[in-house]
Amino acid sequence: MRSSLFVSRRAVVASVLAATVGLSTSGIAWAADPLKIGLILPLTGPFASTGRQIEAACRLYIARNGDIVAGRKVELIVKDDTGAPETTKRIAQDLIVQQKVNILAGFGLTPLALATASVATEAKVPMVVMAAATSVITTRSPFIVRAGFTLPQVTAPIAEWALKNNVKRVATLVTDFGPGLDAEKTFVKRFTEGGGTIVESIRTPLQNPDFAPFLQRVKDAKPDALFVFVPSGQGTAVMKQFGDRGLAAAGIKLIGTGDVVDDDILDAIGAPALGVVTSFHYSAAHPSPENKAYVDAFMKANNGMRPNFMSIGGYGMHLIYEAEKKTGGSNDGEKLVEAMRSMSWTSPRGPVSIDPATREPVQTV
Amino acid sequence: MSALPTQRWSKLEIGFWLIPMVAFFVFPKYLTLGSQILIAALFALSLDLILGYARIISLGHAAFFGIGAYTAGLLAKYGWGEPISGLVAAAAVATLTGLVTSFLVVRGQDLTRLMVTLGIGLMFYEIANQASWLTGGVDGLSGVEMKKLFGVFSFGLDGRTAYLYSLAVLFVVFCFARTLVRSPFGLSLRGIREGERRMPAIGASVPRKLIAVYTVGAGIAGVAGALLAQTTQFVGIDSLGFPRSAELMIMLILGGTGYLYGALLGAALFMLLQDYLSNLNPVYWQFWLGLLLVLIVLFARGGLMGGFIALRRRFARGRS
Repeated sequence: MRSSLFVSRRAVVASVLAATVGLSTSGIAWAADPLKIGLILPLTGPFASTGRQIEAACRLYIARNGDIVAGRKVELIVKDDTGAPETTKRIAQDLIVQQKVNILAGFGLTPLALATASVATEAKVPMVVMAAATSVITTRSPFIVRAGFTLPQVTAPIAEWALKNNVKRVATLVTDFGPGLDAEKTFVKRFTEGGGTIVESIRTPLQNPDFAPFLQRVKDAKPDALFVFVPSGQGTAVMKQFGDRGLAAAGIKLIGTGDVVDDDILDAIGAPALGVVTSFHYSAAHPSPENKAYVDAFMKANNGMRPNFMSIGGYGMHLIYEAEKKTGGSNDGEKLVEAMRSMSWTSPRGPVSIDPATREPVQTV
Repeated sequence: MSALPTQRWSKLEIGFWLIPMVAFFVFPKYLTLGSQILIAALFALSLDLILGYARIISLGHAAFFGIGAYTAGLLAKYGWGEPISGLVAAAAVATLTGLVTSFLVVRGQDLTRLMVTLGIGLMFYEIANQASWLTGGVDGLSGVEMKKLFGVFSFGLDGRTAYLYSLAVLFVVFCFARTLVRSPFGLSLRGIREGERRMPAIGASVPRKLIAVYTVGAGIAGVAGALLAQTTQFVGIDSLGFPRSAELMIMLILGGTGYLYGALLGAALFMLLQDYLSNLNPVYWQFWLGLLLVLIVLFARGGLMGGFIALRRRFARGRS
């Protein structure tokens, strides 16, 4: 009894002391703390290429811009979530509780980002979404800022392009899951509003990347063009079979978002990729000096791997750096998000700014 | 010769159950991982009942896990956030689904069962994908809001409530499973495992017992799924996916089938290794996991538990 009383008294004294010391020095102490960024990505499994691209881009950004920002050393903690939402959320919790990270970043797929949103809100830690592209994500937490892109944003322009270029009848082929339906909805809406007709709307199962029967149906419907949206990685199969089935020879144009001609897999697609018209916010062939320098540095650092649209989301590290500079090395999540809200800069993809109201990127597509 | 195995707890078992309780105090920063280990253990336990005791090979067990997860998740999303009643509801729905599908499963033999369970799993995955207005489809079910446990403990970032809640549920269900496999019913399951054709000769109805154990296994998987949904407050469509069923099989084989404790050990070993190895190298860690699995299958027949029992036997023989 006596000893426990003694311990507790000593503990009280110690904690009071610690608190006073902490208070008086905190102003200086945290400016010198390392800036810990928890980067959570799918690095194994079917979406590993997304993770690899983003990780490489983040490391490249740090290599090119120095690992000190606003007087703080940048510490990048990379974790693999295997693409399972509960693992993403658990890692985010662990990173905050154990490592006390200041910023969460990464998030390869929509469910991974949605599962973690509540952690960001509860811990008041900014969460920079670099890849996941469904439009609802940023509404789930006031601490989410998107560095990548949203699907409606990149789909609308291709519908307008089709209308302007005398394409009247279009068949759509999308993968049957959230982002695919998002893309189909946006395209059909824009295209029919502009006076075009949709002759066929096909949804392919997520699990089954054999497109031959679907493409045959498209061929029989004889549209002017085929609009395609498939998850990153399945593009190769669509393009190859599009050529093999003689759709190109039948005069059907292939249009879509940039996913189908992902720069990372362009070499695997080969000749059929010529003559495809896509709309996207990034291409490794974009002729700006910023982009040329970026692509060269990226390929040099990664054994000739070509950066794709996912990597450019990772290069959104810029947001984190600038927010730190603006706030003078703050740890306050609210302040950091506030600083990110109205940022604009010239990225390798062209001019980008963050919409202060929605925390979504505004960019040239 | 006693007719039934004893229901008494050995010292080793009591010691085993002290580990997670001690871990709660020793590793306060790893409780989120801890709670997910406990949930995986519960899920593996449910597979052990049907695979280890009744030798029904299932590649679609995640279907029941997912159904439990969606039931608990949807209840909480639409206002019924009380955890324990949510758990009971999830168990009920999963049990019912298990009962309905069990008639298909018990008809065939091993290879047929493999295909049928795989098919059932894929069907439920596709249903959840199509019904995206309800389940959120591939984007997952978010907006799950849990009430406080007993109106006092909230599910917070530190994972304390999640851990103790999962541990309590695991323990209760384990006691139930332990009693079950040591009952006459459990013995008849073992009989079926060792010689299915001879069982009717002693008057036991094989299909009926298989249906019963499959249904119970489905219900327990549903409880595990519901726990995951409640503690992470999110349900991903991958909770129904084939990889989860396959991973579960790996856990159970690592730990050893037909001991109940093998399921718990296997799940813990798998999850800890996954966490440790992926921290060492987030890209190539699966290589080491694969290597370990090959080694265990080659050198420790019957998984961890099998190896452990063989060692103990050898030790006992050496002494006598």
